[in-house]
Amino acid sequence: MPERVVSDVVCPFCGCLCDDIEVVVRENRIVEVREACALGTAKFMSLSVGERITKPLLRVDGSVRQVSLEEALKEAAKMLADAERPLLYGWSSTECGAQAVGVALAEVLGGVLDNTSSVCHGPTVLATQDVGCPSCTLGQVKNRADLIIYWGCNPMQAHPRHMSRYTTFPRGFFRERGVKDKKIVVIDVRHTETARLADRFIQVELGKDYELLAAMRAALKEYEIPEKVAGVSRKDILEVVELMKNCQFGALFFGMGLTMSFGKHRNVDNAISLVKDLNAYTKFIIMPMRGHYNVAGANTVFTWETGFPYAVDFSRGYPRYNPGETAANDVLQNEECDAALIVASDPVSHFPAKAVKHLASIPVISIDFHHTPTTEISKVVIPAAVAGVEVEGTAYRMDTVPIRLKKVVEPPEGCLPDREILRMLLEKVCEIKGVETPVVKHA
Amino acid sequence: MTKHMILIKNGFVYDPINKIDGEKMDIAIKEGKIVDPKKVKEKEAKVIDARGKVVMPGGVDIHSHVAGPKVNAGRLFRPEDGRRQVRPFGQGLRAETGFSVPNVFATGYRYAQLGYTTVMEAATPPLKTRHTHEEMSDTPILDQGAYLILDNNWVIMEYLKAGEYEKCAAFVAWMLRSMKCFGIKSVNPGGDENWGWGKNISSVRDRVIYFDISPAEIIQGLIRVNEMLGLPHSFHIHCNNLGLPGSYTTTLETFGLSDGMPISPKVGERSQNLHVAHIQFYSYGGEDWKTFESKGDEVAKYLNNHSNITVCLGQVTFDETTTMTADGPFEYLLQSINKLKWINRDVELETSSGIVPYIYRPRSLVNAVQWAAGLEVALLTKNPWQIMMSTDHPNAGPFTRYPRVVKWLVSKKAREETIAKCHETLPNRSSIASIDREYTLYEVAVVTRASAAEALGISGFKGHLGVGADADVAIYDFNPEKQDPSREPEALEKALSRALYTIKRGHIVVENGEVVGDAPKRVFWADICFDEELEKQVLDELHETFAKYYTVSMSNYPISEEYLVGSTPIKITSK
Repeated sequence: MPERVVSDVVCPFCGCLCDDIEVVVRENRIVEVREACALGTAKFMSLSVGERITKPLLRVDGSVRQVSLEEALKEAAKMLADAERPLLYGWSSTECGAQAVGVALAEVLGGVLDNTSSVCHGPTVLATQDVGCPSCTLGQVKNRADLIIYWGCNPMQAHPRHMSRYTTFPRGFFRERGVKDKKIVVIDVRHTETARLADRFIQVELGKDYELLAAMRAALKEYEIPEKVAGVSRKDILEVVELMKNCQFGALFFGMGLTMSFGKHRNVDNAISLVKDLNAYTKFIIMPMRGHYNVAGANTVFTWETGFPYAVDFSRGYPRYNPGETAANDVLQNEECDAALIVASDPVSHFPAKAVKHLASIPVISIDFHHTPTTEISKVVIPAAVAGVEVEGTAYRMDTVPIRLKKVVEPPEGCLPDREILRMLLEKVCEIKGVETPVVKHA
Repeated sequence: MTKHMILIKNGFVYDPINKIDGEKMDIAIKEGKIVDPKKVKEKEAKVIDARGKVVMPGGVDIHSHVAGPKVNAGRLFRPEDGRRQVRPFGQGLRAETGFSVPNVFATGYRYAQLGYTTVMEAATPPLKTRHTHEEMSDTPILDQGAYLILDNNWVIMEYLKAGEYEKCAAFVAWMLRSMKCFGIKSVNPGGDENWGWGKNISSVRDRVIYFDISPAEIIQGLIRVNEMLGLPHSFHIHCNNLGLPGSYTTTLETFGLSDGMPISPKVGERSQNLHVAHIQFYSYGGEDWKTFESKGDEVAKYLNNHSNITVCLGQVTFDETTTMTADGPFEYLLQSINKLKWINRDVELETSSGIVPYIYRPRSLVNAVQWAAGLEVALLTKNPWQIMMSTDHPNAGPFTRYPRVVKWLVSKKAREETIAKCHETLPNRSSIASIDREYTLYEVAVVTRASAAEALGISGFKGHLGVGADADVAIYDFNPEKQDPSREPEALEKALSRALYTIKRGHIVVENGEVVGDAPKRVFWADICFDEELEKQVLDELHETFAKYYTVSMSNYPISEEYLVGSTPIKITSK
């Protein structure tokens, strides 16, 4: 059986967007994945063996039947066009072209457009809007950093190649001895897998990250700090601050331990401010550990097209941004939205019960490639090809480096790219609304 | 709108490339090009009565930050700016947001409303240029191109240090082709690499940490490479020491580096080998902020004696705006002065960047001096072909203020009104109040379209209304027979702000100041054939650099043509 090896494939799983994957294909099936981590490998492999949706589904009176794509699209377009305040949510696990069509669709519908960052690094965006964000690309860290701090994140489990590819273990231009040239500090509420690899672990009390950051900023500015802050001794705080001040290039990576714990964007605000302060002494950068492989792309595309990165409300015709009022959870929990389009995402599994309850009570359309709890409550389900495996496109890495996704295998028959499905949906919606279909030029 | 034939009758035409100065004449358009009016029959064409109106070629902007990673980071972190100028979706147009950092749709529409049809993106870092192309492709109406930041690039610094100009040229040719970019950009040469360690450069003779090369060597090396390749545009630089008191000496030293260097474009007819961007931002004297003064006069004096240099203004417009530049260390300094939020984005092996909001106030002496410095250069440089309109959008103000800058150029009265609102010490720090020169409409046409087209090497088909040129035309509601720009500068500002018509490649895109449609887009890039053998050798060496130091695979680095809407390679055979 002839095998084909596709090299330098981009992994469409997490924000690391590793682009050195080798995929072995036999008869249009992926049989082996090299270089990728367990998570990435699982995504590639699951598409061949896992259960795919391959036919459009329509749920009528509690029973599901297979329908033609045309019928599914017609029903979906009608549901959206009839809605007063439709929600268009997801977007972070598809390519940028689909996201761009999504923006046009939201604009035509006067809907609310949101991506998954509103439940992960939305607070990072808010903090950036408050104080900015000194950052860089990952290669800058690889080549220069001698101090790496992971705060409230556990890359060994969530971004398994982050340390080996970008930060801790690789030899960089100015760090020829690799890990021997670097100090690793982990700050977390528990002793994680990542902490085991650290030179230093600081255990912060649950919900007290803000206090610890504040104490570090105070110590940096040579104010006296209490004996113990957030469960951490003054000695430990002073020592870590000394490490930070005296490194040549420091990099602080943070995850949802900061964004989704008590204090949320205030925590991130303080972390960014600490890094800003450190730049008076040395070079220091900060970077969020983005989860979905193209959540950074969703923020990026939404921003260049609407001016705002998430939680964009088109109900007034122009984009309006007010997280707390215009994010997916706001319009769901306030029971405002009356229909929803979910693209490449599973909010039923991840949203609070109150939001899910409302979602289950309104007409939902899902575009996805496998069954999820969200497809289970959807009235219309449209099967999609998988971006980055079956469809080309662009994705933005966690440091906003854009990379071209590869097509490795053909999608199952009848599964179209998200972008094509959305284009057809847009056309149908425009027909119903009697407006000219906006041209979406984006590749 | 009608695509085939348009006849613009009886307008006052200002077309400096063809030496037409306000002559009353007809302009005819067929299939996207300017044609002889005799070839277009009135009955078959859309006729535009331009009696009593000004007719100019479509505007050409040589330097504007409109697309790409830092522009978008500016939008993302300034929702307060995004809320400033909104317009709902409708009439076939996408929704607009933003004042200083408009979304891509607003960018295209608003340029068209000013009568501009070609806008060059001022700086793009190679590793993120895919993003720049994605945004340009999404920007309606405009023809575009982007300058590739190459000066702090490790590969280039190594070649230049070793004196391997041929290899450097082969690498640059590959980079421009791989990134689909138009020309070579330098931003704070050497300073950005040092910023990787939180440091900067303080003169063109300083040395770069580790790479042990000076900005002067980088600048002269890249001018040389630019001319070896024969690119349509010259080397395009943002100098060292931007924004600092006393920086004009660095500017004059940088100017001096181009002295005696060749000018040898293979395409186009430029007469410069050095384009210095946003000259205002380093035309300052003084020892510190207290003694800060304009040296625009000194800079102009140099330009008057050296025709091999062109500049664009970077004119301050007294607005709340967003500064953004690949000059990372400058933005760090700026945020430490104005205490506003700060984004920094260093790019591995290539460059850095920073973004900080800024409010220019006439009552601030420093800001007033900045305003005066830009106008001094514009008004004291005798040859307008060395001058190009820009606000270094959005750094010194948004591009939507170009008509206001024109107002200051054409009218001493308008300048005096602004001086009256400025800090009272301004007249001691600048000669602006004593300058009598007022631009003519012909000179306005030079600095807003013709000089840029020529300096870019695209004047064969852009920036003029001669037969065969692209049918990019702007018609403004201003009657030069009845109205005097000097006395009625506000009327001119208003007319230039909302073109009566803008035509892009034969498509009417603006009518009565409102956007009415799109037009086919083009993105220009330099497709250079230099030395295939040498290029192979260079790429072999490059594989190791990628494997060891970049974080993307070399095979995933180049950008395919499918990213460009209207991809227009400019073929250049250099050897």
